[in-house]
Amino acid sequence: MDLSLDASTLTFQAEVRSWLATHVRPLSSMDTAAGFEEHRSWERQLASERLSVVSWPAAFGGRDASLLQWLVFEEEYHASGAPGRVSQNGIFLLAPTLFAHGTDEQRARILPSMARADVVWAQAWSEPEAGSDLASLRSTAVRCDGGWLLRGQKTWSSRAAFADRAFGLFRTGPGERHRGLTYLLFDLRAPGVTVRPIAQLDGEPGFAEVFLDDVFVPDHDVVGEVGDGWRVAMSTAGNERGLTLRSPGRFTAAASRLVELYRKNPDPALRDRVVDAWIGAQAYRLHTFGALAAPLSGPAASVTKVFWSELDVAIHETALDLLGEVAPGWRDGWLFSLSGPIYAGTNEIQRNVIAERLLGLPR
Amino acid sequence: MMFTLSSEQTDFAAVLHDFLRAGKTDLASLGVDEVTDPVDLVVVFEEVGHHAVAGPLIESLAVVPALMGGVAAGAAAGATHSVAFPPLVPHAVEADRYFLIDGDTLHEATPTAELESVDPSRRLVDLSPGPIVATDVPAARAFDLGVLTCSAQLLGLGRAMLELTTTHAKTRAQFGKPIGQFQAVKHHLANVLIGLELARPLVFGAAVTMNSRDVSAAKVATSDAAWQAARIALQVHGAIGYTAEHELGRFLLQTRALRTAWGSPSMHRARVLEAL
Repeated sequence: MDLSLDASTLTFQAEVRSWLATHVRPLSSMDTAAGFEEHRSWERQLASERLSVVSWPAAFGGRDASLLQWLVFEEEYHASGAPGRVSQNGIFLLAPTLFAHGTDEQRARILPSMARADVVWAQAWSEPEAGSDLASLRSTAVRCDGGWLLRGQKTWSSRAAFADRAFGLFRTGPGERHRGLTYLLFDLRAPGVTVRPIAQLDGEPGFAEVFLDDVFVPDHDVVGEVGDGWRVAMSTAGNERGLTLRSPGRFTAAASRLVELYRKNPDPALRDRVVDAWIGAQAYRLHTFGALAAPLSGPAASVTKVFWSELDVAIHETALDLLGEVAPGWRDGWLFSLSGPIYAGTNEIQRNVIAERLLGLPR
Repeated sequence: MMFTLSSEQTDFAAVLHDFLRAGKTDLASLGVDEVTDPVDLVVVFEEVGHHAVAGPLIESLAVVPALMGGVAAGAAAGATHSVAFPPLVPHAVEADRYFLIDGDTLHEATPTAELESVDPSRRLVDLSPGPIVATDVPAARAFDLGVLTCSAQLLGLGRAMLELTTTHAKTRAQFGKPIGQFQAVKHHLANVLIGLELARPLVFGAAVTMNSRDVSAAKVATSDAAWQAARIALQVHGAIGYTAEHELGRFLLQTRALRTAWGSPSMHRARVLEAL
């Protein structure tokens, strides 16, 4: 066993650290119209240094970085206090799906514009009656000349209030539940689309309802085979739960900030929680290093999803307990942490997956 | 960076598992007394915990050899050694030969009184210092090896209890179905798995770095994860798990004792915070 970084990774780390140190600046909330555009500019600035998607092939704007280098990038990114990634739905959810199931034409058309944030993607999974039970979704795509017509309603669509395009699952039939679904991409400004922004706990519209009334999708925006959408989407869901969307860097950075906060506001009654937050972040970091050699299976990603989401809440709750109700620099992160146990499949669903698929308990 | 066990290490763990499952105890016959690498020691002690092997193994196989620089490690074949590090490790586990650490000085020691552990399989003794055996011994590293192997043992104990309980939940039926079909039971066991799965890399990470902060973090996490495993195991087994006839008790009691052996969770949290 060996935890050391090789020379090229150390060089890369130094480059990233020094670039971030001179370029990171505070931005307004990405869930406002102006803040969204500030974040888009920030993504373009990252892209101009080929730092927006380091692990992608160079042809699409990346650096062909190893998974380890990507983790190192993430650690540096979060430690520097750099802004949240407005493109994250596309980069961490749609792109891995395109790498696995897309066509060469789709990758060439979609990925470079995603890397530069010329197109920012929203996700469109949930529906009013299909949350944890996603397979009960009812929005349809009906065959038409040269493509499909979308009808129905999506909700809790992250970034949809200001994003350009969206990806989601639609019922193309025949079959019920997991069968007869197709993974489709659509334009949020196409005729027939109505977006109703929904304010989140912080008061800003971080997600939206999307109403679809005969929205045209050309054939080239079908990802994977028609009717195979569930399998295609689940590869994305694994990414959302696994290390790609929430890399350890976010938690090691927050835990370090918490330790600093404790040094300034030492409250012995909260000592154990502070230490446990740091240990938890370290555990997730090392667990991820262990997964570099053998990527996590879907159910194994459920283990880390429960762990990091509850760790995130614990870190932020402890900070608020140390600070009291005036908690500058922690409120946004705290509010965001509260959504972790819900999104990407609730932790109750994840625990069912762990019990049934890793421990083999009966359904 | 290569943070996974080699195939030799996983094979060795499998050999140990089969050996201990067959009820054999002479670990020296497998060459275990020659293991000194911390990662290899973790592999050994995870299996020791997995089978709830009792006795002064941490002391005989990891701590005393580190203190003696291997000189006396294999002295009398089969002889067990034990050592106290007052005040953190005030007592020794019953053995053939005793030592006591005072700063960086290693003393021979004699037992003065027997003490009752919360785990009756751990027979403890108070020690009185005797002649000096060596000065300038690597006491700090030896202590950390004790903490590390104790963490590995807790990890193995936790795994064993999760396995026992999963099997029980699949076979025990109530209300006409296996209790493992009830979501309350599923979520309990999922929590145990999560705790152990995320404690494990801390143990191996500490074995790689061998710094006190990482060793203490591993002890905190494995103490909590293994004790959670014990409580859930008892709850899911119900009354049968509370009997002396059932094997669960052996694992549960040893876990409770090891949770505070080689430094309490509170002491180790303090050590982590101090190092940060």
